[in-house]
Order: sequence, then C-alpha cells, then structure tokens
Amino acid sequence: MEVTIKIFRYNPEKDKKPSHKTYKVDDAVETDRVLDLLEKVKGYQDGTLSFRRSCAHGICGSDAMRINGMNRLACKTLVRDVGTKITVEPILGLRVIKDLIVDMEPFFENYREVMPWFINNDPEPEQERPQSPEDRERFDDTTKCILCACCTTSCPSFWANDKYLGPAAIVNAHRFIFDSRDQAGAERLKVLNEIFGIHRCHTIFNCTLACPREIQVTKAIGEVKAAIATGKI
Amino acid sequence: MKTHQFEVIVVGAGGAGLMAGLYASRTAKTAVISKLYPTRSHTGTAQGGIGAALGNIEEDHPEWHTYDTVKGSDYLGDQDAIEFMCEEAVQAIYELEHMGLPFDRTPDGKISQRPFGGHTNNITGKPVRRACHAADRTGHMILQTLYQQCLKNNVTFYDEFQVIDLLMVNGAAAGVVAVELATGEMHVFHAKAVIFATGGHGRIWEITSNAYAFSGDGPAITMRHGLPLEDMEFFQFHPTGIYKLGILITEGVRGDGGVLINGKGERFMENYAPTVKDLASRDVISRAIYLEIREGRGINGKNYMYLDVRPETVNKYAAVDGRKNPDGSPYVVTGQQILAKLPDIVDFCRVYLGVDPITQPMPIQPTAHYAMGGIPTNKYGEAIADEKDTLVPGLYAAGEVACVSVHGANRLGTNSLLDLVVFGKYAGLRAAEFARGAEYQSLPADPTEFTREQFDRILSADGTQNAFDIGVEMKKVMFDDMGIFRSGKGMQNALNVVRELQERFKHVTVTDKGKIFNMELMNVWELGNLLDLAEVTTVSALAREESRGGHSREDFPERDDQKWLKHTFAFVDEKGKIDLKYKSVTITRFEPKARKY
Repeated sequence: MEVTIKIFRYNPEKDKKPSHKTYKVDDAVETDRVLDLLEKVKGYQDGTLSFRRSCAHGICGSDAMRINGMNRLACKTLVRDVGTKITVEPILGLRVIKDLIVDMEPFFENYREVMPWFINNDPEPEQERPQSPEDRERFDDTTKCILCACCTTSCPSFWANDKYLGPAAIVNAHRFIFDSRDQAGAERLKVLNEIFGIHRCHTIFNCTLACPREIQVTKAIGEVKAAIATGKI
Repeated sequence: MKTHQFEVIVVGAGGAGLMAGLYASRTAKTAVISKLYPTRSHTGTAQGGIGAALGNIEEDHPEWHTYDTVKGSDYLGDQDAIEFMCEEAVQAIYELEHMGLPFDRTPDGKISQRPFGGHTNNITGKPVRRACHAADRTGHMILQTLYQQCLKNNVTFYDEFQVIDLLMVNGAAAGVVAVELATGEMHVFHAKAVIFATGGHGRIWEITSNAYAFSGDGPAITMRHGLPLEDMEFFQFHPTGIYKLGILITEGVRGDGGVLINGKGERFMENYAPTVKDLASRDVISRAIYLEIREGRGINGKNYMYLDVRPETVNKYAAVDGRKNPDGSPYVVTGQQILAKLPDIVDFCRVYLGVDPITQPMPIQPTAHYAMGGIPTNKYGEAIADEKDTLVPGLYAAGEVACVSVHGANRLGTNSLLDLVVFGKYAGLRAAEFARGAEYQSLPADPTEFTREQFDRILSADGTQNAFDIGVEMKKVMFDDMGIFRSGKGMQNALNVVRELQERFKHVTVTDKGKIFNMELMNVWELGNLLDLAEVTTVSALAREESRGGHSREDFPERDDQKWLKHTFAFVDEKGKIDLKYKSVTITRFEPKARKY
C-alpha cells in the first residue's frame, strides 16, 4: 500500500525556518512501524532526514515524536494504528536541533532534580533487604518509565514553562517515594512541593494518554500530591 | 577539535559501561562516553532475569551454575572464568539490590527466582529456579538502577558522543577519538586506560532482536588496530523472536510454563530434550525449530512455530511434567498471573502482532541475539593481544563486546546480564588500578587523522551505490547462509557476497554534508563496521570444521574435541587479510562429554 508521510524538517545549517516535506512510501504494509517508514525515506529518498532511534520496539525511549498530533514512539506506532496519511513532527516544549531531534537536556535536568536514585543510609545487610510482594507492588507501575519524554512534552504546564519538573520527573520520584526500602521520601516531597513542582499539574491527563508504557501517570502524580498534603507516604 | 584528559575512559553506557564507570570513578578521574543517552542502551531490553545461585526458592549452588554454564558453552568456555563469574554472581545480585533494584519478591520478602533454559538441579537434571527477575523487564531495571547510581555518584558522562577510533601508542591504549553528534566536532579523549563496553553486532543478520545501535563499533575499531577478535563464529540465535520482526520473547515465558508447539499441535521439544524439554539451551531449541520447519511441521507449513503460554496450555503440560510450587502444591496459573509475570511480552504481542498471548499462541521464529565472540579478555576484563595471553596495556573490554570467554560456543539465558555486572565491575577496578600506576603517554602528532580519513573517504565517494541496499543484502545472506545451520558451500557464498558488498561499499557516499547530527554519516560508518565483522565471522566459521554450540555445520555435524576444542583468534592485517590463530580452552574441573538435555 502507499503511505503518505509528511515530516517536519529543519536543518539549522541551511534553513532559515522549519518546513514540512511530504514523502510517499509505496511498498508499505499495515504492520510497518512509523520508524520503518522513516528508515525507508532516509534510505532511499532523503539521507539528510535525522531522527533518533535504537531498540525499535518501545523499550529504549529514543524515538518519541508527535505522530498525527499525538506523542508516541515511532517504533511502537503501526500504519494500521494511524492510517496511510501520517504527519510526523518533533515533540513539543523542547528546542528543535534538527528535524525530529530535540534538545533533551532540560528534560534530564528536571529528572535529576528529584534525586532519582535509591537512598538508604543504614549499613547494608549481607543478603537482600527484605520487601514484601505488597510493598514491591506499591511502586511497580512507575518502575516502567523509559524516560522517552512523551508525557512531559504533552503537558501544557510544561509547554508554558520548562522549569516545571513535569510528569516524567514526578513518576521517577514516585518510584522511590513509595519504595519501602528508600529513606529519602521526605526530601523528594520537599523538592516536589516547590514552586516549579507538583502544583503545576492541573490533572489534564495528557501524560497518561501519551505514555507508551501505559503508566497511570496522573494517578501516580495524585498519590504524590496526597502524600504532600497529608505528610504521609 | 577539543582535547580532554581522563585517567579512565569508558566507551558505552549499557550495563557493563555503567558498572565500569561506577567502579573506576571511585578512585580515578573517569568519563563514560556513549553514542546514546545511557538509558537508551540495549541492556534495557533484556527481559527474563539475571542468573545467580541464591537458592531463595529451592536448593542451588554456584557450582551447579558453573557446571550448567560449562555444559551450555559446549565446553568451549574457559572454566576458571566461568567459575569466577558464577561465584561472584551471588554477591553481585545482593549489590544490585542494595543499589535499589526492584526485584520481584517471594512471599517471605526475598528476591524471587524463575527457571530458565539450561539451568538445572545437578542431581535431578530438572530445571532450577535461578533467574532473579523484575517481571519481564529485568534488563530495564538493571540499566535504570546503574544509571541512577552513576548520577548519585557524580560520574561524568559525554552523552551522544560517538567513538570512532582508539588511540594506540607503542602498543598501549592512550585514548579515543569521538564525534559530538550535536555539533559534529571531534573530541580527543586522552586517557591512561580505555574500557570498551559497546555491546554486540547483531545487526549483521536480517531477523534480529538487536537494536540499531548494535553495529559492533568496539570490535571493528580494535580490529583495525591489529588486535584479535575471539570466537567470532559463535553467534546465538534465540529460539523465540516475534515472527518476521525478531523482537525478543523471553525464555521466561517457557520458564513460567509456556511450551513450543509445531504445526501438528505437538510439543516437539519432548523429542529433542526429553529431560528439560522447552527449557533446553538456546542453540538446541533453535536447531529443533529449524529441523521441524524443514520437515514441513511449521505452522501452516510456514517457517514459524507457536509459543503457547495460554493458562490452559501451561496447566496441561505442568500437570504432565508434574511441576510443583515450592510448597509442594501443583503448579497452576491464571491469565491474570501470566499478565503480571510477563506484562511487556503481552504488550509486544498485542501491539506488533495483534495477538493476545493470554488467549492465543504467539507466532515465533529464531532471531539473531547475542555475540559470544568479541574482544578477547581475561577474567578481569583486561584485553589480550594474542593467543599467548599477552596483555594490551591500558585496554579493557566488558559485556557483550568482550570474549572472556564465559559463554564459549553458546550462552545460557540470564548469563549476559550477569556477565556485564561482574566483568564491568572488574574492568572498572582494574582500569583504575592500572591508571594509578601509569603516566599519560604522549598522544600521536595528529590523533584524529585516521578518523578524518574514514569520514573523508565516505564524504568523497562517487555515490553510485546505496547504503540501505547493501545493508539489506548483507543481512539476507548472513541470515540464509550464516544462520542456525551452516555448510561450507553456504558460508563460502556468504563470504563472496560480503566481500562484493565491501567493494560496493567503497562507492557509498552521503547526501548530508553537514555537521549537526549527521546521522547519515554515522550510519554509513556503522555499516562499514558490520560488513567487516560479517567477514571476520564468516572466515572464522568456514575454518571451524565441526559443530559446537551456536556453530552447526551440516557437512561436519559432530563436535570434534580432538581438533577443535580451542578458541579462534582472528587478526586482520593492514591490507585487510584475515589470519586465524588458535588458543587452548582452560579446563579445570569438567572434562568435555556428550551434551544432552
């Protein structure tokens, strides 16, 4: 089948401003990933087309893009999901460097703000620290995050101000705050309670819809908000 | 051009690179350079588990793990290194847990373990629960946890810097040359010690579980400096990739009771591995699938099989096998439990196949998965210059890029994650120790010369050939003739085609002549790496006239310990000629014997 794919193009070394270019892929099948189409366009029609990709099955988080207006991973979006007229654009709220490649640094900077690492200052036991299956389940959902930025760059509050930590950072804070083995929950809640923290979330649910890992992002944010409000984890 | 100085440079930020960076940075000024953001690394796609004889659920011992790994390697693994890895495994898992890794738990709060292929109770021969897991995203959790710990400990990263060359001075490592992708600028990293942790090269094959990033940059770079590559003919085909796409379906599916079914509805592994059946090692199962398909017993006569994890199927065969829970009750699962144990597998099948594994069987075929071969090292990650174990001062390798060799001719599932944690750590420790007692060598007068030469050749080629076509043709011939079963005639054909493609590659150019994120230039350079490694793989395989582990020859169907119980060392000279030498296998406790599952 023939698929028409309209792609946002911008090469800072040549272009004064961005534009869209339309390509046709005539040997597509409905199980092709959007990433496969991009590869074909790059391989046979325009080698200058630039985008990030690696694992190609939705785990590495490299190829977050706006596909027909929705934040998705190009490798986890099939032609049969989006039809034969496809528009591909960079995710919003981060500076476009070239074509579909955006500057991820502000995103990772926000991630680092919440101290996304395990903290337990007790002496290490000889074997594992015990944890019940119920306690482990408490933060299971937020361990799935692959830092693709689909959630954060779908959030109007983040578009308004990229200092807002954003849903991905809160998800990663949640992963530690609700881990029974971790001891720094209160410190993380303090960071999230600051001016560019969790209160900028207005429960719009874009993040939850955008997450390719189907993390219940808004629910996780709600649990963190409740912990801040009640002081209880 | 910018120049930086670090005592230790780590190239690659997957599990091995992060572990090396974490340990080296404790005592030495260290930087980790990666062409990807660290969390994009391929370690994150590992699914089912990491092996260690914790014995949390049933009796197990590091000695059993050692024997299983030796047997799995078809006796080509070096037994001193294997014993070292399996002994270190237990502590390594506790260390990961102490770093916060969210393993699944047993009812009494310990790390949960599941059965995996080739891991057995050495008394009964039956599968043992040895794979420590976090659902079916164990690799993701390892990668995330190690990256988090690196951030916590202020490890220095150069993200999206692609290393193109290794600097060697007087036979010792002196640094690397990298391109900053965002600017196209070249950076020289002057170092006392360099650790390669760049992963595998499975993109040589058509059907593969490997990421685009797995273009074999590390071994291609070291090979061009006259350093050897060990056992390149041994490449693992994982039995269960998603049909046509190659995306991995973890062995954990079978560990949790899933079975392989042929077109006649038979559980065919009973005929190939009567004791452990669907939990035989990967080479054995991939061959069985291929043979079934050849006999016309594929699904609908086609070249795929079913992997069936529907609760009714699991429960039926668990009853046949007499499988029990730890408390002695019969093993019975529900759809909900399957979903909880294997959420990503269920998701992959729904997204890519439109198949729901809870109610439908999954169509699978073997997929190129793991390089047993690579840059030769000893058990401390120190790179070796020749078949006599001469060390390369200042050079280290760990993870899939390295060949210790702990996997020999066939790796057991769960041992790759273990490998990168254990050997990443020791490579980091050894490199830092080396750096403490070493001075910086003076850099070559023009350190980026060879890098520029490689790029200039691509930028100025006549452009009469297309890189995409060359890649497709390489992958096809390698899958057809250098896959699960091989023959002299087929391999010779693969070699001829690859060499013709190498010639055509000289005419490939790029339309993107810019500096900023010139991914076209990087991808073409990576294709050159894959072609060179495809050639070394095929030459090494053609010479080995026996069948062992992942190298199965129709014209030499038996293992031949008399002639071939030895490691291949392939050297490429300046004119591109490949010379093969051999090194004996270290055998300590387990004499080679026939391998049955």
